[in-house]
Amino acid sequence: MSGSDLFQICLYLAVLLACVVPVGAYMARVLDGSLTFLGPMERLFYRVSGVDPAAPMTWTAYAGVLLWFNLAGTLAVYGILRVQHLLPLNPQSFGPVDPHTAFNIAISFATNTNWQNYGGETTLSYLTQMLALTVQNFVSAASGIAVLAALARGLAAKNSTSIGNFWADLTRTTLYLLLPLSIGLALLLVGQGVIQNFDSYVPVAGTQQVIPMGPVASQVAIKQLGTNGGGFFNVNSAHPFENPTPVSNFLQVISILLIPAALCYTFGKLVNDKRQGWALLAAMLIIFVPLVFLEAQFEQGNLEGKEVRFGTANSAVWAVATTAASNGSVNSMHDSFTPLGGLIPLFLMQLGEVVFGGVGSGLYGMVIFAIIAVFLAGLMVGRTPEYLGKKIEAFEMKMASLVILMPPVSVLLGTAITVTAPMGLAGLQDRGPHGFSEILYAFSSMGNNNGSAFGGYGANNPLVNSLGGVAMFLGRYWVAWPVLAIAGSLAKKKTVPVGPGTLPTHTPLFTGLLVGAVLLVGMLAFIPALALGPVVEALQ
Amino acid sequence: MIRACLTMLVLFTVLTGVVYPLAITGLAQLLFPWQAGGSLIVEGGKVKGSELLGQWFTEPQYFWPRLSATATAPYNAASSSGSNYGPHHPDLQKAMRERTVALQAGRTGMPPIDLITASGSGLDPHISPEAAEYQATRVAAARHWPVERAKQRIAARTEGRQWGWLGEPRVNVVLLNRDLDR
Repeated sequence: MSGSDLFQICLYLAVLLACVVPVGAYMARVLDGSLTFLGPMERLFYRVSGVDPAAPMTWTAYAGVLLWFNLAGTLAVYGILRVQHLLPLNPQSFGPVDPHTAFNIAISFATNTNWQNYGGETTLSYLTQMLALTVQNFVSAASGIAVLAALARGLAAKNSTSIGNFWADLTRTTLYLLLPLSIGLALLLVGQGVIQNFDSYVPVAGTQQVIPMGPVASQVAIKQLGTNGGGFFNVNSAHPFENPTPVSNFLQVISILLIPAALCYTFGKLVNDKRQGWALLAAMLIIFVPLVFLEAQFEQGNLEGKEVRFGTANSAVWAVATTAASNGSVNSMHDSFTPLGGLIPLFLMQLGEVVFGGVGSGLYGMVIFAIIAVFLAGLMVGRTPEYLGKKIEAFEMKMASLVILMPPVSVLLGTAITVTAPMGLAGLQDRGPHGFSEILYAFSSMGNNNGSAFGGYGANNPLVNSLGGVAMFLGRYWVAWPVLAIAGSLAKKKTVPVGPGTLPTHTPLFTGLLVGAVLLVGMLAFIPALALGPVVEALQ
Repeated sequence: MIRACLTMLVLFTVLTGVVYPLAITGLAQLLFPWQAGGSLIVEGGKVKGSELLGQWFTEPQYFWPRLSATATAPYNAASSSGSNYGPHHPDLQKAMRERTVALQAGRTGMPPIDLITASGSGLDPHISPEAAEYQATRVAAARHWPVERAKQRIAARTEGRQWGWLGEPRVNVVLLNRDLDR
């Protein structure tokens, strides 16, 4: 690795960590309701919708509203995709999207996955990109942060049935956090050359080339900040119009992890013990940092599918960041990575998207792993496990098991069904172990709500669209629902005073235990599948 | 509750799906009109390309860009795509071999890796300074220039790391080839 590569990677990590405290502290103020500078607009939302933002919600009410709201969003996206040819702002006259493709896209964007079975510049009208996709980029991200806030309240509350109000969390997160950050980032990106217009595609005189246009910057900004990852164009942030310069690349790759990393600090503030947030962040970094350097090493000298302006180091940092977070945008083609270079993004997704993970969803996944870790420790010494002063009992453990079991089940079952079906195999570009990796990557990505792909696999067929749609749905709500159940159950409990038998959960010892739990669960579930794909390929 | 869900969805759609992109478009057109419009190269009222999008050159008197895997023709900007070949894919090996042979016409030595691989977007406008240097003799010979003249053009178009730190040094092939014809 050259000195410049090393420097750029270290600069990235340093800037990211420097943002954790200011952004984290700001988000804590967004979520506890102490910010009011957009009060009139906020109140307008509540008044028109007829909701009371101060009304307490039980966990079932909170989860119900979350699900109904997301379902309404899914149907709206599906509807717009099916009738886009009848709507305005369609200068290229794209036709309606196929039902099975539209089904997959609708679930994909509502669940914050942003798996893309289509090429944006050849399929979607500008209006569809704005009304259907950009909107879901905002509200699916806000929904994830809302669930995390609810879980933190459940941990902090005593003898309470309420875990907050979904509408307040959703509205405040969008208005005070996502929208201002997106406006700033979008304008910075336009300054670097990301396009933002409503023109028709422009033919180049004397050549066959036709230059695509569209409102790109506004969507790219939120796709990175909200860990959505769905690109305006087919090749996502490898496209020079989505990511034209090394500076635009740096801004975007910082944005991928900005909110997930800072939320650790927010979590510490919300549970009134900042050390707990630092311990979770430390666990994430212990897995993340070595993988960044390994990835840069594995990809050195491999420029197939990479852009000259970014080089291999920036492509490697991006690949690890985008799969650590459930972002899924790419600035290089993961399918053309070396076998071990492709294994790292694959494995990071399979860890359940908890090393940073999606905005909100990654951290609530990590808190579930913390509950698993205290349970393991409790088993070893024969005491009832506790986390943040709350006793972890049978109900919490059942829910936590559901959370960690569901993604492997949908990933492995989806892969297994697809590799046995002729329709599933028809889209393969590579045969042998790399072909298997392509399918495993597809379901790891959808089942964990990531959205990146080994793009050589033509996944736009009814089988993969339907199976993947189900996997994305389960990967989101089968996780969010039990997390809210745990939040509700913990909120009702009283806090146990710290005693000599309490396992402190802010120490290096506990962080080590947490890292062990994450890696162990991931490896137990996926080593056999990984052995058939990238490992065999690396040995060839 | 259904009413609240639908109303909220409509409100967020108006705010984040209409007001937000329109406001960004307005501000972008005000602050950075050229960038927001695609960094277009306009000459005599005609659009000759974009500074950000590569174009396909095959004649010996021009610098060649990287390979492009876009559908139907290289550098098809309306359909961005990488090759997505796995690292052991036979077609990838074949493409690299053929490209190497084409580049080695009239000279020896292995070409830099970026010249024999396809970019992720298929639209990469850049090659490395080494990749430009590698082609200097061919371009100069085809134009009956001394090699130094071609190398001067390369030097004038070579960009360093942005802000001194970020990314990789590079040469914009579209702009470099326009310089050659001036």
